[in-house]
Amino acid sequence: MYDVIVIGAGVSGSASARELSRYNLNTLVLERDEDVCCGTSKANSAIAHAGFDAEVGSLMAKLNVEGNLMMDELSKDLDFSFKRIGSLVVCMNERDRGALEDLMARGVANGVQDLRIVERKELEEMEPNISNEAVMALFAPTGGIVCPFDLNLAMAENAVDNGVKFQFDTQVTGFRKENDLWVVETNKGELTAKYIVNAAGVFADTLHNMVSENKMKITPRKGEYCLLDKTTGGFVNHTIFQLPDKMGKGVLVTPTVHGNTLVGPTSLDIEDKEATSTTQDGLDTVIAKSSRTVKNLPMRQVITSFSGLRAHEAGHEFIIGEVADAKNFIDCAGIESPGLTSAPAIGKMVAGIVAELANAELKSDFIGTRVGIIDPKKLTKAEQMALIQEKPAYGNIICRCEMVTEGEIIDAITRPLGAKSLDGVKRRTRSGMGRCQGGFCAPRVMEIISREKNMDIAEVTKSGGNSKLIVGVNKDTI
Amino acid sequence: MLHYDIVIIGGGPAGLAAAVSAKQSGVESILVLERDKELGGILNQCIHNGFGLHTFKEELTGPEYAQRFIDQLLEEKIEYKLHTMVMDITSDKVITAMNREEGLFEIEAKTVILAMGCRERSRGALNIPGYRPAGVFSAGTAQRLVNMEGYMPGREVVILGSGDIGLIMARRMTLEGAKVKVVAELLPYSGGLKRNIVQCLDDFDIPLKLSHTVIAVEGKERVEGITLAQVDANRRPIPGTEEHYKCDTLLLSCGLIPENELSRGLGIDMDMVTSGPIVNESLETNVEGIFACGNVLHVHDLVDFVSEEAVAAGRNAAKFVLEGKKEATSKDIPLVATEGARYTVPKTINVDRMEEKQIVRFRVGDVYKNCYSSVYINGERVLHKKRIIMAPGEMEEVILTKELLSSKGDIQEIVVKVEEA
Repeated sequence: MYDVIVIGAGVSGSASARELSRYNLNTLVLERDEDVCCGTSKANSAIAHAGFDAEVGSLMAKLNVEGNLMMDELSKDLDFSFKRIGSLVVCMNERDRGALEDLMARGVANGVQDLRIVERKELEEMEPNISNEAVMALFAPTGGIVCPFDLNLAMAENAVDNGVKFQFDTQVTGFRKENDLWVVETNKGELTAKYIVNAAGVFADTLHNMVSENKMKITPRKGEYCLLDKTTGGFVNHTIFQLPDKMGKGVLVTPTVHGNTLVGPTSLDIEDKEATSTTQDGLDTVIAKSSRTVKNLPMRQVITSFSGLRAHEAGHEFIIGEVADAKNFIDCAGIESPGLTSAPAIGKMVAGIVAELANAELKSDFIGTRVGIIDPKKLTKAEQMALIQEKPAYGNIICRCEMVTEGEIIDAITRPLGAKSLDGVKRRTRSGMGRCQGGFCAPRVMEIISREKNMDIAEVTKSGGNSKLIVGVNKDTI
Repeated sequence: MLHYDIVIIGGGPAGLAAAVSAKQSGVESILVLERDKELGGILNQCIHNGFGLHTFKEELTGPEYAQRFIDQLLEEKIEYKLHTMVMDITSDKVITAMNREEGLFEIEAKTVILAMGCRERSRGALNIPGYRPAGVFSAGTAQRLVNMEGYMPGREVVILGSGDIGLIMARRMTLEGAKVKVVAELLPYSGGLKRNIVQCLDDFDIPLKLSHTVIAVEGKERVEGITLAQVDANRRPIPGTEEHYKCDTLLLSCGLIPENELSRGLGIDMDMVTSGPIVNESLETNVEGIFACGNVLHVHDLVDFVSEEAVAAGRNAAKFVLEGKKEATSKDIPLVATEGARYTVPKTINVDRMEEKQIVRFRVGDVYKNCYSSVYINGERVLHKKRIIMAPGEMEEVILTKELLSSKGDIQEIVVKVEEA
């Protein structure tokens, strides 16, 4: 029996788990996929939004600004990549100045610091590749970029360090109440807990509706993106949004923490909660719209495209709290953008609600910091030499595009909540995330996974489940 | 810091031939750096035959062809390091490399020969829409799995792109027991060698669909099918032409890209068409003493030509070490590729520095039948070579002699083009 079962190991679930681990609560996280960060958390703009978008007075606005402000310290404590590079909302027409000023006023009301409007001349200095049409922009110095995988992993790993358990490949099929306790029915059997946190992303409505008469509907809102090679690093210096105008809502163009350029997303409401496929229309739209923001974006440098599903609730507001007709069942739903930014604050809020219901006490031995996978590129030469001497695997480059060593890959596999698949290794180390997209390193990473996990190489998957990469041996059907 | 006269980046066919040639040209101090576990580069996974017809007048497999050069390298007692990744090269030729035993170390070289080869264009770079399940491989990755590890990446295969590796893999997968359903090519012509289309597709009744592309990849975990569509002249899918194929594997053979990240890092000028360095008659880049050869310079069709080019690069690098850069009174003459010719390697020729015979390689941008590859000097046609067929998948060459160029006085430019009969 657990005190708390968190459903979903995305960024909201993991943040909640980490914050819950501050208390003397026995917590389990259930995840239907094989790893943390497999849904919306892995496929988004990777932005720490400043907080001027959300409606004044909304929970979304409050948690966005709070989450944003927590990022500096949290990124140091939990060792994930975060850069406060600032963001710009570009306006293409003098007549939209009013709308830009309204946006600024909303930001000020939300508590966003240091907002100001920059005119064309300054904008050009800040962003030499800005579109010729851009006349001014709202500059938010507090906007930032973050590695979404790293953020999610860091919080989950830290939760583990503080005693939280994770169970993967487990899909919740139902709930029932027994003696004031929640029995969670899953494909892997039944589990019992006093409190449930529903952080199931696009499936949060499915879970909510199993326990409540007040039905919820989460619409998956698809966003497609293109990622450009690191050779485009420096093409833009800030996260650049477009002010929505008569041409519609634009796409953003932003550097990533790893030095790529990211363009997107589109926005399309769909029905299928697993339809993370990209479409020709979507990719064409991304490419076409990006040219309104910046000029001559080198689309030849696209190395991959992807799509993510935002968990959109009709009211466009975070729904966080105990469900009125389901005691001790806490929703953490409708977490769409700025969900990633807000995650640290969401986690705090969720844990606070549970702690109050449970009358939980803070632990004295909470470990607040986590050390990530060592990135030799960030070490001095002397440190790197010492590392290779101690562990020669750090002298062996496996992914030549991102210069990832065998040492990093072994660490990714063997650490708590370690990677089990190619994508798991990729999210943790960037092996396979570069310009050749795993063409060279995939067979070698498969070998390392099979060796470290002592499993047959034919069992190694791309991303768990039936995503096997090898189907047999040569001539086995002849 | 280590010191060598010539450091060669890459121990594949280009690096091996360059090393042997440099040694035979009189340079003793040579080091080959190879990132993989053995010498030979991509040839190690090319276990089919057809290599060496030009060089050795016999049909060898890739590993056999590589072994001929590895044997020479060993006979010549040329030093090499395996499992060694070059992290950085500076324009004053200090190389930072890394391996398990030595950690990070530096090598100072008098000359560097770039021979890093190329990589395959990935699915992402092709912007193929759909899901991202397991079962989408570049043809070369699948080739490695099958030929070196003995693993089958799939049972029912569709191949997009008719580059040589894709064609070879169509046959290989068939021989290993898979069903290759179709090869689709976006362009109206194949990017591969004619002989490969005949021997790898026709002989196995595998259909080749020109002007077709993949418009959807289905399957959330493993590929379950793909949809092909015909494309119009602008390479856009034509609605109504969709065909669905049930398959568990999609192989991509959609072009090769020279791996020039190191070259860019050290400020070498690049050719936008080849994605390789711009080189002169000596295969030397704009950074003095840094040479390039093989697929890092431009993607070749046959390894024999890689070897031939690398021999020249090795010889020129040796000359640079032994004699220094030769003073030239003549200027660098630009070569201009036009009217069907897409590029030339080299891009300039200096008559004083050129050897008696200069091979100029180029590729054409379309299929041409019964035409000529022609060279003009100062507007005068000096070469007119009859070609029954020229295709983008096959490399072309013309040979310019020092005698010819010397006889033309002040040359403004040398133009290479395709002329219809």
